[in-house]
Amino acid sequence: MGIISVYIVSKAGGLIFSHDQPNTSAEVEATFNCPLGLVLEEVDRQVVVKYGEKHGIQVGYSLVALNGQPVANRCIPDGTSAMTVLTNPENYPVSLKFARLRVSINERIMLLSMFHSIYAISVKLSPAKHSSGIQCLEADSFKFYCFQTITGVKFIVVADNKQQKVEDLLKRIYELYADFVLKNPFYSLDMPIRCEHFSTNLTRFIEEN
Amino acid sequence: MTIYNLYIFDRNCSCLYYKEWTRQKEAGIPREEEFKLMYGMIFSLKSLISRLSIISAKEGLVGYTASNYKLHYFETPTGFKFVMNTDTSVGNVQDVLRHIYARIFVEYVVRNPVARPGEHVDSELFAAKLDDYIQDLSFK
Repeated sequence: MGIISVYIVSKAGGLIFSHDQPNTSAEVEATFNCPLGLVLEEVDRQVVVKYGEKHGIQVGYSLVALNGQPVANRCIPDGTSAMTVLTNPENYPVSLKFARLRVSINERIMLLSMFHSIYAISVKLSPAKHSSGIQCLEADSFKFYCFQTITGVKFIVVADNKQQKVEDLLKRIYELYADFVLKNPFYSLDMPIRCEHFSTNLTRFIEEN
Repeated sequence: MTIYNLYIFDRNCSCLYYKEWTRQKEAGIPREEEFKLMYGMIFSLKSLISRLSIISAKEGLVGYTASNYKLHYFETPTGFKFVMNTDTSVGNVQDVLRHIYARIFVEYVVRNPVARPGEHVDSELFAAKLDDYIQDLSFK
């Protein structure tokens, strides 16, 4: 799996670039009898597991397919709400596919600007002199690497625990940014990056690693 | 190899115990404010991690590394949070934090009949035992 996502945060804390490696989310499909055994809830146009665990499905997973039909906007293709189908005992047994969906773009902007402030707090709370902020945040199953350039731009890579030498990789992404974004005459500083060359080169570079 | 300081928080965000050994730099704000800031940072990091995880919403925080220090985090199911800052040459200290909780905190604070839950730990015995343990650690 290796690298999961790449983000670039401007010196003001705004998310200016985000890239997700495809096919990295967890998906589980299983057949259920009535009663379902999971408590579902409708959140932001999605049906999300609120309580209960079964067949590896955990809290926070979203319903993506019902009997093989995709669930979009909380409804199956004929327009019926997925919750209506699931509350009727006659529709069971039913085959459901759940996935842990990636964070939405708005939420991503919020989380990364929150990280921008946490970075400043971690400098303030440092018990050692002249320390930088968070460079590698460690969770149970993944690591979140941050490289801040002298100009204040943050390059962030989310990678699983097995990925090696992410620090070097971040510096290479900085080089790509300098080459394909900063040298682009149509790019204005601190604005969202929409440079095709940068995206293609970055994708190619990540796939090589 | 150095241990800088240790914070113990309970589930209600109050700092039960703070001890520093060789801290080099103060945060420049009153201690109480510093505790709140530390708790707030941990809380935000936990929510960041649970949202960014592609596997589960119950992802746990282990700690982070900055250029000159390392923060280690351990949380018990009852909501006690142990935060230890060390220098960057120290490896994984989850076992040390677990030991502080299970063998020192539980023994001398939780089982102390005069210690009231949720209040600052004043027990001298606890402070002495903790200090002995930290001084004996091989990487100190």
